[in-house]
Amino acid sequence: MNQNYSTVAQRSTSAIATNKVLRNTYLLLSMTLLFSGFTAALSMLMNTPPMTYLISVIGGMVIAMFVLPRFANSPAGIGIVFLITGMLGFGLGPVLSMYASLPNGGNIITLSLGGTGVIFMGLSAYALATKKDFSFLGGFLMVGFLLVLLAALANIFLQIPAMSLMISAVVIMIMSGFILYDTSRIIHGGETNYVLATIGLYMTIFNIFISLLQILGIMSNDD
Amino acid sequence: MDWMEIISALALIAFIIFFFPAAREMIKNNPQGTSSDWMGFVIPVIAIAIFVTFLAMLV
Repeated sequence: MNQNYSTVAQRSTSAIATNKVLRNTYLLLSMTLLFSGFTAALSMLMNTPPMTYLISVIGGMVIAMFVLPRFANSPAGIGIVFLITGMLGFGLGPVLSMYASLPNGGNIITLSLGGTGVIFMGLSAYALATKKDFSFLGGFLMVGFLLVLLAALANIFLQIPAMSLMISAVVIMIMSGFILYDTSRIIHGGETNYVLATIGLYMTIFNIFISLLQILGIMSNDD
Repeated sequence: MDWMEIISALALIAFIIFFFPAAREMIKNNPQGTSSDWMGFVIPVIAIAIFVTFLAMLV
């Protein structure tokens, strides 16, 4: 009898901890997205050159891969997440300025932003409602991601617009898988650090937004 | 080929080298999904593809 109570208590404690990670992740994610929006607007106002995007993405990725894991369990981790997301947002400035200068630019940016929001919220709601375990996707998504990086590398030399469109479409599919995978890991206790969970989900949102911008930008040119 | 493309290519090569061991490890320790599990992934991805096509038609 006591053992049953103990099991129920353990499950309840685990569920509370999971909910806390989930709540903190979404809270930090929403704050970092707002901060990114602010730095992107700042970058647009400053009229930063195109190389800002490249420098910010490489800098942000290097900090995310090598610095953040060391500070993920300390309060400094939150500051580093804001630094990374602020840098990535700042890098978006010249990209958004370029799209805004297109005849249909405002529409493309609005649709990409709205589309990214719908995809993220839809997939998160699906993972949360079904409570399915998507841990089996890990290997598949990582291999897919590496193949996309290889294809993107090849396309720097080949410069094929159709391949660029295809890469963006595949990135959206893979990032959608990562949203399911990451959300499922939080729900099932595989990810207990909300700082790392936030940066993972932020990266998926960032990549979906950039890919949608590229797809809609290419499609609007076909008129 | 300008210097930005060269830096992009070098950065992509660095990312591939960095992610490769993690990918190999994930494949080794990856739990197997059933056909029902895969359908739970494929259906939302198809929905996303339809949604993106719809967005592309709006621009």
